[in-house]
Amino acid sequence: MSVAVLARLQAEFGAKILETSSFRGDDEAIVAPSDWAAVAAFLRADSELVMDHFIDITAIDYPERTPQLPRFDVVLLVRSMSKNHRVRLKTRVQDGEELDTLVPVWRGANWTEREVFDMFGIRFRGHPDMRRILLYEEFVGYPLRKDYPIDKTQPLIEYRKEDNLEKLPPFGPTEGQPWNRIDWQARLEGRDMQVSPAIAVQQGQKHALSESSARAEGKPLPDEIPGKN
Amino acid sequence: MGALKTVMGGDAGFATTKLDALLNWARKYSLFQYPFATACCGMEFFAVAGPRYDVARFGAEAPRFSPRQSDVLWVVGTISQRQAPALKRIYEQMSDPKWVVAFGTCASCGGFYDNYTTIPGADKVIPVDIYIPGCPPRPEAVLDGLMLLMEKIEKGGNREAMTVPPRELPRLAQLRTRADTTIVSDHIGKMKEDK
Amino acid sequence: MERIEEELEDESALELPTEPMRLNMGPSHPAMHGTIRMVLDLDGEIIKDVDIQPGYLHRGFEKSCERGTWAQVYPYADRLNYVSPMLNNVGFSLAVEKLIGITVPERCAYYRVILGELARIADHLTCNGAGAMELGAFTPFLWFLKVRDWIWDILERETGARMTHSFGRIGGMAKPPTETLKQDVLDILPQVEKVLLEAEGMLLRNRIFIDRTQGIGILKKDLAIEMGVTGAMLRSTGVDYDVRKAHPYSLYERFDFEVPIGHDGDNYDRFLVRTEEMRQSMRILEQAVAQMPDDGPINVEDVRIMMPPKDQVYNTIEGTIAHFKLVMEGLKPPVGEVYSYTEAGNGDMGFYIVSDGSGTPYRVRCRPPCFINLAICRDMLLDEMIADIVPTFGSVNMIGGECDR
Repeated sequence: MSVAVLARLQAEFGAKILETSSFRGDDEAIVAPSDWAAVAAFLRADSELVMDHFIDITAIDYPERTPQLPRFDVVLLVRSMSKNHRVRLKTRVQDGEELDTLVPVWRGANWTEREVFDMFGIRFRGHPDMRRILLYEEFVGYPLRKDYPIDKTQPLIEYRKEDNLEKLPPFGPTEGQPWNRIDWQARLEGRDMQVSPAIAVQQGQKHALSESSARAEGKPLPDEIPGKN
Repeated sequence: MGALKTVMGGDAGFATTKLDALLNWARKYSLFQYPFATACCGMEFFAVAGPRYDVARFGAEAPRFSPRQSDVLWVVGTISQRQAPALKRIYEQMSDPKWVVAFGTCASCGGFYDNYTTIPGADKVIPVDIYIPGCPPRPEAVLDGLMLLMEKIEKGGNREAMTVPPRELPRLAQLRTRADTTIVSDHIGKMKEDK
Repeated sequence: MERIEEELEDESALELPTEPMRLNMGPSHPAMHGTIRMVLDLDGEIIKDVDIQPGYLHRGFEKSCERGTWAQVYPYADRLNYVSPMLNNVGFSLAVEKLIGITVPERCAYYRVILGELARIADHLTCNGAGAMELGAFTPFLWFLKVRDWIWDILERETGARMTHSFGRIGGMAKPPTETLKQDVLDILPQVEKVLLEAEGMLLRNRIFIDRTQGIGILKKDLAIEMGVTGAMLRSTGVDYDVRKAHPYSLYERFDFEVPIGHDGDNYDRFLVRTEEMRQSMRILEQAVAQMPDDGPINVEDVRIMMPPKDQVYNTIEGTIAHFKLVMEGLKPPVGEVYSYTEAGNGDMGFYIVSDGSGTPYRVRCRPPCFINLAICRDMLLDEMIADIVPTFGSVNMIGGECDR
């Protein structure tokens, strides 16, 4: 059953399906952003696939794989109510690039696309109501991007200025465990030598630069970088 | 009922007290609460109001969903940056005298939501009288906090924050406050001997 | 006098002209669970348009997950659907286990089923009780709270916490079941059933309850599927979809239970579907208690995934190293991404997790069932009366922590 979905997509679209995979039983097909809406509409309309049950749209940020590959993965998850199979459709978009909306195909895409815009800043062309949904209009930036610092707050109203309010944060950026935590700010500014293994694979490197080799080359380790909290 | 004796003191059949003390005594047992329940702690707040823990015993069972009718604002749950203006506005709409209880860790200090969207404690926006720790606090802890609030109301006067003093400081914690490691190691040695 | 009668003969004279009004409901409205704001466009009392604005409880779940280890996600996952935290624990465990490619021992799977179904009963009790309370029926709410406390007592004995257990582990559970678990569960089931019957007697033939729920907030089947609605809301429209049946996980294929479905998709059906689901959960519980082996391993025995037993940690160097590496570096799943889905209190709760091979999750996306269920609320509210918002919104069972994350 599961292979049939990918085979059907490949038979219909041929080379437009850039990659397929079935990791742990999850079928995945990657298409170009220009084919995104067409493939989605086919998934819904085809009599063999009938992906009528909308599940989710989300995105993943890979700032380090640019410029070889576009920065964001946008992921669509759908399933078929009658056939009981699922598929994951993926596309890769640049920062600032607009993607066709899927609201005409599944109306359920409305809020999830708004959330992707809210969290990642990916706009959807033709969306009926492209507003922030979880955060407030005054918020600047997109928090789920890797380069947004997790503890950068943007208060809507001023905090009180009283004595005894200077509490220490309970955890801090390293959550009490400075070991092996990824500091994205340091990493994206090139101060951190750690590159995650998945990125290394995507960039064609054989191995990620390990901490021991960084030490051998005399480069600073993440823990030793001055100015890091 | 200690307050009652002072109010009704003497055998002469009349009360001699300050008007404030009488009012505070009366207020203490008729708390109208505004549950600003946003998050997980709301579930425990239900439980406190429920039959087993029964907050009605303390005269604080009546929720009023209009800030103008309520005395105690329970901040129950995480306050996000987006929620903060609403919280502040509700506090400002309450009429004096008013008290605020921070229910749970998130309302007290933000808890482990130390991130871009959460306010580290409701006291960053409004003054808080009682902090009840726990994630979420057990109903017993909530009742403890409520009794502390009643004590505070009875005393009247200032709005300084209060905490429940621990019944007994654990022995190791007592030693740690002295910051003297030798005593700690001695103590551990003694514990081993005790075994 | 005559003049008034004349006016009354003309029907249009009775109709007061209404002006369109914009009303702001929430976020601190008692029926909005504290976290939803609705901007209503009203014509008299009829809702002409509604803009539902979630997000007042956005707490950065997905961002927070990206800075700890995989195991440190559990406390955050607990607080997603905080009415049934155990189901989130199980859901996240299954997601990471799928990514690693392991299955837990049978005893653990049964244990997860038992705790999860207890949590599901507590979830539906809260939803139905709160829904009834918002319609003025305070007594069933208190009864349901009483029952919920019984269930929480069992969960507390098992996990140590009343609500937020953080009890799941990748590859097992934090502790094996206590000896009294089976008897505890069997003891409360008849009492839960008794309270359910009593509450049904109070509500289901109550004129106020019927008038305010039957035929209100109707959800159409096709629209519900297209909008991605899952859980009790979808089943109330007559769609027979339950993840436990359609894609069985954690030994659910071994239990004999039925999927209750509704007919009209109105508030009344949603109430009934939830009530019946509690009965089915009790059936599952009885079977799971009977089938669960009394001894055997509860966790996978792989020190790269689960912590070794404490006597090994304290007495052997291998145990100490394994413990140290799991705590400091965390579990390291293979590079890849999976989507794993379970039937949580509100429906199909999925975790879409991406691993880059390090000890920290690259991305954890929770597919929140009630966020997606809430999106359809606008269609259910249009052209209804303003008072119908309360039962309709209550029967959607929006849980702030999960909806806004």
